[in-house]
Amino acid sequence: MSALLETRSLARNFGAVTAAADIDVTINAGEIVGVIGSNGAGKTTFINMVTGYLAPSSGEILFKGKSIVGKNPRQVMRAGICRSFQVAQLFPELTVLDNVLIAYGIMKHKILPLMSPLATKANIQQAEQLLEEYGITSYMAETVVTLPQGVRKLLDIALAMLRKPEILLLDEPTSGVAIDDKFELMDTVMRAVRKSGAAVLFVEHDMEVIARYSTRLIAFYDGRVLADGAVSEVMNDEKVKELVTGHHLDIDYEQEVQHA
Amino acid sequence: MKYATTMIIGAGIALLAAGLFMPGWLTFLLTLAFAKGLVVMGLLLLMRAGLVSFGQGLYYCLGAYCVGIAGDYFETQNALLLILLAVVVCVALAAIIGLLLCRYRDIFFAMFSMAFSMILYGVLVKSSAFGSSDGFNVKPPLLFGWTPTGESGPFLAYGLAVVALVGVGIFVWRYLRSPMGYAGEAVRENEIRVEYLGASVRRIIYTKYLLAAAMAGLGGGITALAAGHIDPEMAYWTTSGEFVFIALMGGVGHAAGPVIGAVLFELLRTYAFQISPYTWQMILGIALLVIILYLPKGVWSLVERVTKGKPL
Ligand SMILES: Nc1ncnc2c1ncn2[C@@H]1O[C@H](COP(=O)(O)OP(=O)(O)O)[C@@H](O)[C@H]1O
Ligand SMILES: [Mg+2]
Repeated sequence: MSALLETRSLARNFGAVTAAADIDVTINAGEIVGVIGSNGAGKTTFINMVTGYLAPSSGEILFKGKSIVGKNPRQVMRAGICRSFQVAQLFPELTVLDNVLIAYGIMKHKILPLMSPLATKANIQQAEQLLEEYGITSYMAETVVTLPQGVRKLLDIALAMLRKPEILLLDEPTSGVAIDDKFELMDTVMRAVRKSGAAVLFVEHDMEVIARYSTRLIAFYDGRVLADGAVSEVMNDEKVKELVTGHHLDIDYEQEVQHA
Repeated sequence: MKYATTMIIGAGIALLAAGLFMPGWLTFLLTLAFAKGLVVMGLLLLMRAGLVSFGQGLYYCLGAYCVGIAGDYFETQNALLLILLAVVVCVALAAIIGLLLCRYRDIFFAMFSMAFSMILYGVLVKSSAFGSSDGFNVKPPLLFGWTPTGESGPFLAYGLAVVALVGVGIFVWRYLRSPMGYAGEAVRENEIRVEYLGASVRRIIYTKYLLAAAMAGLGGGITALAAGHIDPEMAYWTTSGEFVFIALMGGVGHAAGPVIGAVLFELLRTYAFQISPYTWQMILGIALLVIILYLPKGVWSLVERVTKGKPL
């Protein structure tokens, strides 16, 4: 298998805070990689750097062998890396339909047309199909602010998948979703992902979810990769037990309100 | 889509026909109101993207001075040529200033845009060649040497204002339904999402800024031709404030909002001034307050409530 995404000694600090130090991660085509790590371990920072939202302080990011350091989110996304957000990034005061229509409008054109209408029958139908795939058609006419967390998360991921990425980075897709609904949400997402053939890296706190969906597991701790390997192997790692999955697990990560 | 275009053109023809019989004061009032409506339609594009420019007076004034200065310099009264020039010059300046402004948001965007208009004001006040703070007179416009004349005299400027209003009105109406129009809402709602969908927020804002400048220049040019006199006051911050005032009054939910707002504003101002020459601003202020309290989406929302059968 050839490496799809590879980071070498990726590091980032915010003033005196080291959010990421020396991260080496490799993701191959077709892999579903789970990521665990307590609050502040650097998981979001890692995704932000890979997608061009944050510039690394040092290190290298290779996508299909080519460096993508210095590219902005638009360029990274066009190259084939898409992401979802810990806090769903949507257009809150607009309807679900408008959210999707805008997404298609932006996606289809390099320069947005000034005159041709967006809400055509054909475009609305296409939007409906997308919502159908994620099982949220019934919310189509609702404003985003009124949606349950799970639906927001799904819509956020649906928009990330629009570009048909080769690799999808999901930042806590099930956070804020009731325990009973987590599997249903992940099933929906994974069905769509499998259809597209994209590789996935997903940040998750629930070990059952990790065990069910990932083919490999990476544990982050304090801006570093603590362990990386088969799921059972990493879960049974003494350091991981002590520093990540042990007593740290019931941290109130839901409280974390952090955009992007 | 076709229906709306037909409606707008129909309204334009009706306005033109009415112009033949209107009393002079009303023609004049409507011409100025329509010109302001054009400026505010441009402002609407920015406001829907969450950006309030307190400096559209810059292009309103620049457009007017282009018409005045070029008319003198080239010794022409050709209205179309002069207005075209005004629009081109405004877009050219916006192309430069926009590069800076599209990096700013909120109060910074508002204040920077105001600062640029105040620079123009400062320059004009000091330019004795253009009459300093008194400004100068502009010759009445001609259309290839001819001017249409109604009951109360020539009304070419009015005709131009109506035609421009119809053209820009159709453009804005369709624009708001286009991907670029929706992109404005998107930028206002969540810039991160827009970028992660693959569009450049700055480019979107820049485009809107250019369009707004073109419309403000057009409005300014027509005002110069209609009023026959221009002065630096057009670039003063209170003029820009008036445009924001009109936008709030009329509403930015629909292309018609700015036009309704502008006409209402001019009428209110005229009557307020007649009723009370010293405190007319207070009357305007109270009117705005009432509208914001009871019709937060502007007077146009009243029309929408009626046509959509919602209770008042
Ligand atoms: N924009 C930022 N400014 C300052 N510090 C930040 C910023 N983003 C993240 N950090 C810090 O970097 C560390 C890692 O954060 P983050 O990547 O969000 O962790 P995780 O997603 O694993 O919970 C934390 O200590 C956090 O406070
Ligand atoms: Mg995080």
